[in-house]
Amino acid sequence: MGFKALGLDTFPAETPGEAGKLLRQLTRESEAEYAIIYIEENFAAQIQNEIDRFKDSPSPAIILIPGREGSIGLGLQALHDAVERAVGTNILGD
Amino acid sequence: MAGTAIIPTRMVLNQLKGRLRTARRGHKLLKDKRDELMRQFMDVVKRNKILRERVEEGLTEAFASLQVASSIMSPEMLEQALLYPRQSVELSMKYKNIMSVNVPLYSFQTQSSDPAEIYPYGFAQTSGELDDALEHMAKVFEDMLELAEVEKTMQLLAEEIEKTRRRVNALEYVMIPDLESNIKYITMKLEENENATKVRLLKVKEMVLQQAHNFK
Repeated sequence: MGFKALGLDTFPAETPGEAGKLLRQLTRESEAEYAIIYIEENFAAQIQNEIDRFKDSPSPAIILIPGREGSIGLGLQALHDAVERAVGTNILGD
Repeated sequence: MAGTAIIPTRMVLNQLKGRLRTARRGHKLLKDKRDELMRQFMDVVKRNKILRERVEEGLTEAFASLQVASSIMSPEMLEQALLYPRQSVELSMKYKNIMSVNVPLYSFQTQSSDPAEIYPYGFAQTSGELDDALEHMAKVFEDMLELAEVEKTMQLLAEEIEKTRRRVNALEYVMIPDLESNIKYITMKLEENENATKVRLLKVKEMVLQQAHNFK
């Protein structure tokens, strides 16, 4: 992954299970070490409950990014979920 | 709730009236808070949408150019080129308070300010496509950082709005009607007692008068 060249720490995972384990490990160890964790959508889809645990805590922020195959719309789905939660209905109209 | 045991006395009535006043004021304040939170939330949602689209587009592009680079170079070479980063990023986080919700504010510092530092390899053995890919990534990364901030803010605000909305509804549809019906109940009871006393006094007066007349 090219992100390493930018100076980010990368943690490669082969399977969703591995990704979940890594995520747990990172969030446990890093009391303050990692504030933002980017995770690929296709893995995130399968460890949604792990990710949801951090929705209400200010840190860390877990952000979905599209993988190599392009976006599958999970990131936008998260946005719609938040709107629905706050307003009670989807007011974005799509 | 009028069925539960409330003692119909003036003291309880006064207490209930006080509570109703407080509940009404709390309700108004919470409603204002909810409206303001909602306004902020809509701004954040709009920004989030724009940013997310930009990031997804940028990343797809970056991945595509990385793909090109990796098809030109051998995988070993590519890995070697990216193996050890020269640049490192320091992220610092502060909190900002929006309507008593703590939302994160990120700011990041790169170890060296030279933008060329993202290329951790010599130019002799790598292809120009790799440079392109990394440049794309560096550009999209700034948006990604902002996206993280905005998205987290959105989630936290959503939670707070949900909580506030529940409270407003609980006050509006449960607490305040309950208090009102209790107050009404006590007022009615007190009136009834008063009437009963009046009637009793009249009766007694009549009896006393009759007795007095008979003895005369």
